[in-house]
Amino acid sequence: MAEVAEKEKVQMLDIYVMGKRYKVPEGLTIQTALEYCGYHIIRGCGCRAGFCGACGTIYNFTYDPTIRYALGCQKEIEQNMVITQIPFFPATEAEYTIEDLEPEEGENKLLTLYPDIITCFGCNNCTKTCPQDLEVMEFMAAAIRGDIKRVAELSFDCLICGLCAARCPQGLQPYNIALAARRIYGHYMAPKSQHNLNRVIEIEEGKFDAELEELKKASEAELRKRYAAREIESAK
Amino acid sequence: MPYPAYMEESIRKVEATRAERLKKGPLPRIPEAEREALVNKFHPDYRKEEMRELKVGPNKGERTPREVADLLEGSSRIDPDKIDLGKVDYDVDVLVVGCGGAGGSAALLAEENGASVLISSKLRLGDANTIGAQAGTQAADRPNDSPAIHYLDIMGGGHFTNDPDLAEALAKDAPDAIRWLESLGVEWDKEPDGSYHELSGGGCAVRRMHSCRDYTGLEEMRTIRDEMRQRNMHGRKIDWLEFEPVIELLMDDRGQVAGAILMNLETKQMSVVRARAVVMATGGVGRTHIQGFPTTNHYGATADGLVLAYRVGCPLIHMDTMQYHPTGAAFPPQILGLLITEKVRTLGAELVNCDGEQFVHPLEARDTEASAEIRECKERGKGVTTPTGEVGLWEDSPMVDIIRGEGTIARELPAMVRQFARFDIDMIHKPMLVYPTLHYQNGGIKIKADASTLVPGLFAAGECEGGVHGRNRLIGNSTLDLFVFGRRAGRAAAKWIKEVKPGKLTLEHVRQWQRELKEAGLESMPVSPMLLPNYARGNRPVPGFVPLGEASEYTPFGDRAVRWI
Repeated sequence: MAEVAEKEKVQMLDIYVMGKRYKVPEGLTIQTALEYCGYHIIRGCGCRAGFCGACGTIYNFTYDPTIRYALGCQKEIEQNMVITQIPFFPATEAEYTIEDLEPEEGENKLLTLYPDIITCFGCNNCTKTCPQDLEVMEFMAAAIRGDIKRVAELSFDCLICGLCAARCPQGLQPYNIALAARRIYGHYMAPKSQHNLNRVIEIEEGKFDAELEELKKASEAELRKRYAAREIESAK
Repeated sequence: MPYPAYMEESIRKVEATRAERLKKGPLPRIPEAEREALVNKFHPDYRKEEMRELKVGPNKGERTPREVADLLEGSSRIDPDKIDLGKVDYDVDVLVVGCGGAGGSAALLAEENGASVLISSKLRLGDANTIGAQAGTQAADRPNDSPAIHYLDIMGGGHFTNDPDLAEALAKDAPDAIRWLESLGVEWDKEPDGSYHELSGGGCAVRRMHSCRDYTGLEEMRTIRDEMRQRNMHGRKIDWLEFEPVIELLMDDRGQVAGAILMNLETKQMSVVRARAVVMATGGVGRTHIQGFPTTNHYGATADGLVLAYRVGCPLIHMDTMQYHPTGAAFPPQILGLLITEKVRTLGAELVNCDGEQFVHPLEARDTEASAEIRECKERGKGVTTPTGEVGLWEDSPMVDIIRGEGTIARELPAMVRQFARFDIDMIHKPMLVYPTLHYQNGGIKIKADASTLVPGLFAAGECEGGVHGRNRLIGNSTLDLFVFGRRAGRAAAKWIKEVKPGKLTLEHVRQWQRELKEAGLESMPVSPMLLPNYARGNRPVPGFVPLGEASEYTPFGDRAVRWI
């Protein structure tokens, strides 16, 4: 199949890095295209796999002024793309201690932390911006209503890239609001896992110490025997 | 980039065998004797010509991959005669080097145990391998499970080469690590009654994988990072410097690690940090592209912590063994080598060859699974070759929804669905092409159960330490390692700072190192730590790699760009 690659001519595309034109081969991502252009990236690159949100990028086309958004490592370049990265955007997170955020009847904790969220007028720029295609405006509306569970659900796949805050005309920061909501949900609202708490206590009480001590002292042959004899639980 | 026609043809063969495979179930697991022979013949760790002997340092005489050896035996980035240690820029109790899950946990625990903490982060806070971890975190907390069963799994997975004290610590601290993360606000997947939704994993006897969809590491990391930010905002003694990695450790005249020299990556300015203890938490080595493999690792995984610790005389363990994750993406080229979580196989997907035949149980330990794939492609010629010349095997993801009901993939694997959809592949209905990818450094800095190293004042946690997993780590034990040994390191460092009698700062160890290099004929080695790979066209990114070609020769496919040897 190597012949296939040789036969296929790689097409060169024009892209504009912060307005400057480069010719780069098709098939690159925005991130690898920058590297092809000779940039040794310091900011604006992290996991290179679409999980960390370090490479938020804004782009449009020479022939189409509509602004678009992507993660640089997850977006393939296209002809006449004009790109700039937003490796950092200033946003001020509300100050809190998770232990002080217990939800109370009649109080919307998110509104207490972020009173400005009521100024959201539903322009939906945040949703259009999100490179994860999350329903950002929907969870902002849920935040205003005080529906923390809904905010946590809708925002779960948020990478905290910050592009939503960069585009909010009201200066709101949906990603930080959602982060607070998820922490409140995880800490207070998710049902407790009793079997885990029981096990933590059993370990503290030393229930498994003798068995572990014996295993630690066992010869390799004995360990191999026991390992081979393990009962394997079905995958479910 | 949708599948080309000839790959679609192979997919039809996969679909044709699916019903029969579903009926029969997976192949039996490979018996131990056969397994050893398979791994010996096909696993990249056993390619002797790819390793070389170290000529200097505490592991002199031992073998390690050439790419790692070149960095371990690199020259210092600094000239000790030109650094003024009389001018200290930061004076703290604990310096944490690196800020993924291990560094973050160490920083939080050190701070709450009374230490002032400074974190040196090479990228942004939390941009680490942790954030890309998908499958989950192990903890034996169900009634039919126990830390002893978990211990056996850890030891067996590691082929009984693990340090028993470390394996015990990992198993014993696990349930509390899960509880701790939840107390910070981590949203674990749960059943309606609150019990954890736990899945099985390769090499595990019992279901004990705690997950947060397939964004487990992201959820863990963003929560820990936020906790650090909140404590910092509250004026507590925890602070960080982003894009400012450590380029050399400092010692004192009493032979203790006593701080570090940092370099601002943007301004290139250096600063001196005096610390009573240092926690190394720099992660792995994937970006050294051992044996030319692509990697699942983040941009900064360049073995820095190993290099720094080695230079102050800290022994490393199991440095001849790397983990090649069985399922890196082999297509499309834009995501070559990126992680396809083991959770896909945990949920029921099988690996099959170009004719749709099973060739291995889908949940063997990772070294076995990867070796079987390499055999299937290299020896049996049953792989599928992509248009860019990569070879791979099918991971039959559509099986998951058939076995567990429609909607399972979308619910359990949103990150995977999204990643493939971005490149026009629907992994809910079509299989994914996979091949082993460089994933994890099994070994690392030798530690004791409290995460202290053999050099006083230096602690290590997470992927940069070794011994915990022996020669092969199991799924879900890496993220667990972060929180178990990260927290242990934070506690131990906070205890150490109260006892230590600091001496006078010195860089004599660097002078000594340079002398040793010279005596061994290694003075012309490139400088290290590497800090960042340089993928810019026209540069030499990694020692041993030749410069890239001109545009016409350029194969424009992600990390492939730097892999031309």
